[in-house]
Amino acid sequence: MTRNNKCHLSDMPIKVYTPDSSLHSPVIMLKEMFFDLSAGRELALRLAVRDIRAQYRQALLGVLWAFILPMANTAAWLFLSYSGIVKISSTTLPYPVYIFTGTMLWAIFMDALNAPLQRVDGARGMLAKLNFPREALIVSGIYQTIFNAFIKIALLLIVVFLFGIQPGMGMFFFPIGVLSIIMVGTALGLLITPIGILYTDIGKALPLLLQFLMYITPVVFPMPKEGWAATLFNLNPLTPIILTSRDWLTGFSPDYLSSFIIVNCFAVFILLASWIAYRLAMPILIERMSA
Amino acid sequence: MSETLIKVDGISKKFCRNLKRSLWYGMQDLSKELWGQRNGGNGELRPDEFWAVNDVSFELKRGECLGLIGHNGAGKTTLLRMLNGLIKPDRGRIEMRGRVGALIALGAGFNPVLTGRENIYVNASVLGLSKQEIDDKFDEILDFAELGEFIDAPVQSYSSGMQVRLGFAVATTLEPDILLLDEVLAVGDASFRSKCWRRIGSLLSKAAVILVSHEAYAISRLCDKAIYIKQGNLEYYGDSNNALKIYSNANKTYNNDVFTVTNKSVKSVEFESGKAQLLPGDSYEFSMYIHMNESVNIDHAVINIIDQNEEVHAQSLLEFNPTSLLLEGLNVFHVKLGPLYLSQNSYDLSILLSINGGKQPLIHSKSALGFLFKNHICYGPKYYPPGSASKIN
Repeated sequence: MTRNNKCHLSDMPIKVYTPDSSLHSPVIMLKEMFFDLSAGRELALRLAVRDIRAQYRQALLGVLWAFILPMANTAAWLFLSYSGIVKISSTTLPYPVYIFTGTMLWAIFMDALNAPLQRVDGARGMLAKLNFPREALIVSGIYQTIFNAFIKIALLLIVVFLFGIQPGMGMFFFPIGVLSIIMVGTALGLLITPIGILYTDIGKALPLLLQFLMYITPVVFPMPKEGWAATLFNLNPLTPIILTSRDWLTGFSPDYLSSFIIVNCFAVFILLASWIAYRLAMPILIERMSA
Repeated sequence: MSETLIKVDGISKKFCRNLKRSLWYGMQDLSKELWGQRNGGNGELRPDEFWAVNDVSFELKRGECLGLIGHNGAGKTTLLRMLNGLIKPDRGRIEMRGRVGALIALGAGFNPVLTGRENIYVNASVLGLSKQEIDDKFDEILDFAELGEFIDAPVQSYSSGMQVRLGFAVATTLEPDILLLDEVLAVGDASFRSKCWRRIGSLLSKAAVILVSHEAYAISRLCDKAIYIKQGNLEYYGDSNNALKIYSNANKTYNNDVFTVTNKSVKSVEFESGKAQLLPGDSYEFSMYIHMNESVNIDHAVINIIDQNEEVHAQSLLEFNPTSLLLEGLNVFHVKLGPLYLSQNSYDLSILLSINGGKQPLIHSKSALGFLFKNHICYGPKYYPPGSASKIN
């Protein structure tokens, strides 16, 4: 036994824990990050499968929940616009399709944004007691968002075809749009996770903030043509993401393609930065959680 | 020669007593960490902070088992969490070689709605087992957990004992180089507990083990060395039996629970202790000097042999010989308990002499007498050895 182990001594993983910040050795840190990411793949899948199964096993309506909310939202806005309570300028798309695609895509974004904080918060007990790749929680959240997105997209496609809209070549690009929505959502969600775990204020303020954000993104309103609202819409980094995805789905050529690419590049950068922050923050946060 | 798997060098950790402050410090630490500054500053305490673990060092090789003892809140779990890499030390350095297995939380990641079978996979993945490993060991896990057809029932329908069984079965399939054990075996019935200890015993020889336990017999049976931590400081590091002795002495002064209460008809009571260490089959013999103000008859006399947790391991009803009558003045008794068969541990005696048909206590003495029992066999929870008190004056 001992001799056997001696042979393995060299390839036994060595872990060193010191008070120093890992930022002092960035190369090792990056290596560890990607190592943990790959080590946590299987766990992430298991956690995602666990949560999806548990979620639908205890719900009578099952998968329907993935689009009940966006549908209700669409119905509300259709009512507001047709009853004349809210006056909405005309859209190139039929208005019901405009709202429906908008709210569905927005729902995917919200899913992605909420996932990191929810996953980490839900795993407090596990985090406080066990050492596993922390990345697995985030990845499992992404898996779950993608799973739910599939259901939403299936419904979106049905509606789009029912209204006789031909996506054409855009269909091939549409998945890129959805993935970028998920990436931007995850990046922002991960960014607020460390503070959100420490202070519950973040979790409470988030729905409020998201609602406001929705109204300055072309989800239910078309892009304003002029005025300060137009500037606000144009400055909003979510505008090109939502618009481009919708254009691809409905067969228009995207007007905001260059902004879309710029926003995505930024999102990759934010994702990496918030991933580093998340890793560094974890031991400090766990210290403040109860064991 | 076996290799050193754990090297701990002067580690310290500070905690904050106040939640609001603690969260704010968390924010500060977070921003410091992100600027690349070291954790814990220069080792100074901020208001409301204290050292939960202070300057602890030790080393552990494969095949060795280190016991960690101390009162609640002494810093044992904090130390374990640092070793497991869950929290960062504020000072010092930890080096861990090989795969670390932690039997700290059983059934982590269990989802109550899912079946036991589904949860095995989740739990095992959290602990770091690959799908292949789980598949290979699946039957072994089912076998050990002894859940029968309940394995396909949702975990929320399990009793807490059943959940622990399943959790333990999964956790011990891991074959770690370093095993961290916190008192997880405190639940479950006696037969399952002894099964758990056998399983742990088989893991011991292959790994470097750190065991946190309040059960002295577990420490003295399994561990060669032990650390006694008191308020975060390392009080003793060395032979496990010595550590236990120091711990149990500290326990007495700490709990302040050595006492002798007497009735007003008693002037004074003194005990003369017998042998400090006993082996299986030995009897414990001691003398009792009772000075009485008046004559009374002892109607009921019972001696409980208790451990540090005040659990009764043996109970003896004293038979008086030739008489249980206490006369005014000095009465000397020679008491013999046994033969005794106890698990290895240190024990105290709790003596209760009653009058008035056993309803009124005359003398109640706790922890005035005690002994260490050496044994390698584990006995059942409680038994009733014979006891006799012979009057010798």
